[in-house]
Formats: sequence, structure tokens, C-alpha cells
Amino acid sequence: MPDAIVAEGLVKRYGEVAALDGMELTVPEGTVLGLLGPNGAGKTTTVRILTTLLEPDAGRATVAGFDVVRDARRLRARIGASGQYAAVDDHLTGAENLEMVGRLYHLGVRRARQRARELLERFDLTGAADRPVRGYSGGMRRRLDLAGALVASPPVLFLDEPTTGLDPRARAALWDVIAELVADGTTVLLTTQYMEEADRLADRVAVVDHGRVIAVGTADQLKDQVGGDRIELSVTSAADLETARRTLAPLAVGDMRTDTAALRVTVPVTGGAAVLTGALGRLATERITVRDAGLRRPTLDDVFLTLTGHEPTGRTTDKARETVR
Amino acid sequence: MSTLRMAVADGVTITKRNALKIRRAPDLLGGVVMLPIVFVLLFTYVFGSMITLPGMSYAEYMLPGIFVMTITTSAQITGYTLTQDLQKGVFDRFRTLPMSPSAVLTGQTLSDLIMNVTSIATMTLVGLLVGWRIHTSPLDALLGFLMLLLFAYAFSWVTATVALTLRTPEVFNNIATLVSLPLVFLSNAFVDSTRLPGPLQPIAEWNPVSTLVQAARELFGNTTPALPAPAAWPLRHAVPVSLLWSVLLLVVFVPLATRLYQRAVSR
Repeated sequence: MPDAIVAEGLVKRYGEVAALDGMELTVPEGTVLGLLGPNGAGKTTTVRILTTLLEPDAGRATVAGFDVVRDARRLRARIGASGQYAAVDDHLTGAENLEMVGRLYHLGVRRARQRARELLERFDLTGAADRPVRGYSGGMRRRLDLAGALVASPPVLFLDEPTTGLDPRARAALWDVIAELVADGTTVLLTTQYMEEADRLADRVAVVDHGRVIAVGTADQLKDQVGGDRIELSVTSAADLETARRTLAPLAVGDMRTDTAALRVTVPVTGGAAVLTGALGRLATERITVRDAGLRRPTLDDVFLTLTGHEPTGRTTDKARETVR
Repeated sequence: MSTLRMAVADGVTITKRNALKIRRAPDLLGGVVMLPIVFVLLFTYVFGSMITLPGMSYAEYMLPGIFVMTITTSAQITGYTLTQDLQKGVFDRFRTLPMSPSAVLTGQTLSDLIMNVTSIATMTLVGLLVGWRIHTSPLDALLGFLMLLLFAYAFSWVTATVALTLRTPEVFNNIATLVSLPLVFLSNAFVDSTRLPGPLQPIAEWNPVSTLVQAARELFGNTTPALPAPAAWPLRHAVPVSLLWSVLLLVVFVPLATRLYQRAVSR
């Protein structure tokens, strides 16, 4: 299966800050790669380079067989991009927005109009088609923006945090739409901060930090790599926290985390619910009062902590990038 | 599709988009229709009641000044809209489309030209109501209107350049007002520039706004032998110098704005 997206050693600097520092990606045709990482990790910069908005300082990339720098013009006819903020015109109606995009893809007047109607129907926007976008909800705007990316039925699609800022219901609705596209065989590069989103939509997930990929695999592979399940429990005193930590240490298959402020300990384990029962038994023997306990799958936080050794906040990097911009 | 055909087709698409926006955005329409009306009425009845000129009414003297003031103000809409689109990420969407890179700016400036046609038509009507008259041949008058529109179009490219440098709507608005006010008032638009104090006089005489106002007065026949003809060189050749200014602005600022647009979106 040929690769629809290939990036090799992409570097992009903003002054002192390296937004990308040797980004490597391959996305086979017809598959979905989720680019997972905190703000400032380089996800958006990667998408901007692959969609010809930015030129890399070093490295090369091809999309649908076209070099993103040398063949930018021809490449643009084969990609669709939907951004973090819905780039739709407030004063235009939904139909007018899509028609304009169709015209700019040079579909011709009639085809552009027809395509706009098709997409509005598909995205459940027919009722709002002739209303100015300024009256749309956040979820409707995202759907319209996504529809804009699909006007020319591009074989490769870039979705940059398509559901960030949406409420859970709108998010779930958008996921359904994206899942349908994927079923149609479109190659998708999706960036997200949500493990759940990557889980739901991506065939493979690439974890990004400090401008490079630090791990690639299916969502399950990544989760197993960071230690399967987590026992998370909170106690009532600092002394108990220390005892709990000591008591549960033999069960841990990776680094344990204690949060002294919340009196909470997180223990990576394997073995599912039986391990939780065992852990609670051990704590009872030590006469520790457990306020709350649960078994959960790893989150993005856990993946990050394990893979990078730091919390996935990336706040400082964000700030640095914002000032540079 | 050839590069030129694509540039024209995409330019038309963007012009239509902006024209729709103008029709639907009451704030923009207010600037285009209401502001000129307010300008004409205020200047005619406030200043006009104080100022008497030999040989002609103040309304006749000042209306070409109002024309020029309004088109320089309206031209700022180009810049303002561009900063808004830049902030909202609309340009990012455009840049990922296989469209002509020049279309966004030509479309924007062309739709603003349409807007300027509307505001000049409004001012003409209101001007005629308050006593302004055209005393020349229809051909001269037509030339006068075309010259105003050409300058307005050229000035749109200037504000586009400024906007793409400053990037945010708020900063752009402040700077644009700060620059355009002295540009309009340090001229012969509302006062006789020969009566300005020492150092201001040469500035006013060489100000392109003065040249354009003088050219409009000549082409509409709003001059009188009772007022001394201006002695400064650009004002003695007001029509050709005005055209020269417009061409010069276009030659400098079209490529400059286009380059800035490409850079502005690829950050």
C-alpha cells in the first residue's frame, strides 16, 4: 500500500524555539493517523507544512505524491483541510460558504452549487443552508468547516483538532461524520489532544512531543506500552498515602505517581479488576481508609508521563511560541 | 486553466463574497452610506454657516474635499477587513485551496471599489440637495468621478499593505485614523492652503490629497476667478499629477501588499 503522506526530518524554528525538530511521519493510503500531543508539541505546525501553508526550514514531505514545497500548487487540488477555528464567513450563508470554496476549487458554477447542497445534506445542515453562519452553533460551524474541506472530494484530508472546544454531544456527532469519511477510504491526518478521539478514529497514533514523534502504534499498543491499566485511589491522610504507596508498590508495573495535595496515588498495573480487588485487600490489612478507588485505562497523561518523563502540560512551550508568533 | 484566467475567475469569486458581506453587514453599509451623508450635512451647515467665500458658496468649495475625505476613509475598510480575515484563519483556508494567490487582494480591493461607487453616488445626491453643482461638461464630470475612484482603488492597496504589516484590527484602526486625519486636514480640502501658517503650507501643497481635491474642483467646475489660483506646482497641474499619484501608489503598493499577503499567511 503506497504512503499518502510522508514526512522526513521536518524542522521548523520560530527564533530560538524549535516547533518541529525532526518530525517523521508516514500515513499509508486509506488509513487514519492520529497525531496526539499537548499544545505546542508541533501538531499544528506539522499540519501547516503538509497543507502548504508553511515551508519547513529543513526536511522534506510529500502528500499524495506531491512535494509540499515544490508542487504546492498542484498538491492543493488534492487535499482538504479543516482547522482548529472554523474558517467560515459569518455573513455568508452555509450554502454560499461552500459554493465559494467549490468555485475556488474551479468546479464550475453548477457543480459547485450542486456539491454544496450534497454536503449540506450529508452534514445535516440543510435546514440552516440559507441562514448566515453567524447564527450557527459551534458544532454547526465545525461541521460546515469540515464540509468545506470535502468540497473537492480530496483523497487526503487534514483535520487539526476538529473537536476542540465542542461540547460532548457535538463532539460525538462530528466523530460519526469523520468515521464515515474514513470508511469511504479517505486518508486522514488528525491532530488531537484527546486520547479518546484518537482511540475512536485513528488506525494508528503518533505521540508528539517537542516537535518530534516519540512513539507510534495503535491506540491499544500505546496504552499497553505505558502499562495497561491504572489503579487510582485516594486516602484520608498523608501518613496513609505513604503507607498505601508502600503497600501497593509490589503491584506496580511502572512508575507510581502520588499527588500529595489530593492524597491520591496512581499505580500502573496489569491484570484488570482482579488486581484492584487484591489491592483493596492489602490496604484493608494495613487498616487504611480508602476514600475512592477505581481501575481505569491509561489516559493521555499516563502515556505522556511514561514516554517523556514529564507531565503533558507543555505550558511553557506554549507561551514561548505565542510570544514568537 | 491559465494563470491569468484563474486570477480573474478567483478574483471575481472573492469580489462576490465581499460584496455579499457588505450587503449583510450593517456596520459596513453604515460607513458607506450614512457616514458620507453625515459628512456632507455637518460640513455644509456647521462650517458653511461660518465661512463665506468670494464668488461661490462654501458647499461648492468643500464638496470635492468631502469626496476625497470619504474615499480615503472608505479605503480603510480594505485594510480592516483583511486584518479580520487574517485573525479568523480565513486566509489559511484560502491558502490551502488551488486558487490564484492574487485573488484575495484583488477581490477585496475591487469590492471596496464597488463600495466607494456607492458612497460617491450618495454624496453626489446629498451634495446636489445642499446646493453643490457641477459646472463643467458631462465628460469632465465623468473624468472627475473616475479619477476619484482610481485614487480610492489605489489607496485601498496602501491600507492593505499597512494592514498586512500590523495584522490586528485594533492596531490597524488606531494607526489608520492617526495617519488619515492629518492627511485630510493638512490639505486644501476644507481651507485655502495658501492661508496656512509657514511650515504647514508646503506640506499641504504637496499633499496628494490637496492635488486630488484641486483636480476634482477643476473637473467639476467648483472654482471661481474670485479666489486666487494656487501657485504650487502640483496644484497648477492637479489633474495629471493626481493621476500620476494614483499610478505611483498602485505600482508601489500592489506588489508590496501581494508579497506581504503571501508572507502574512505563511507564519
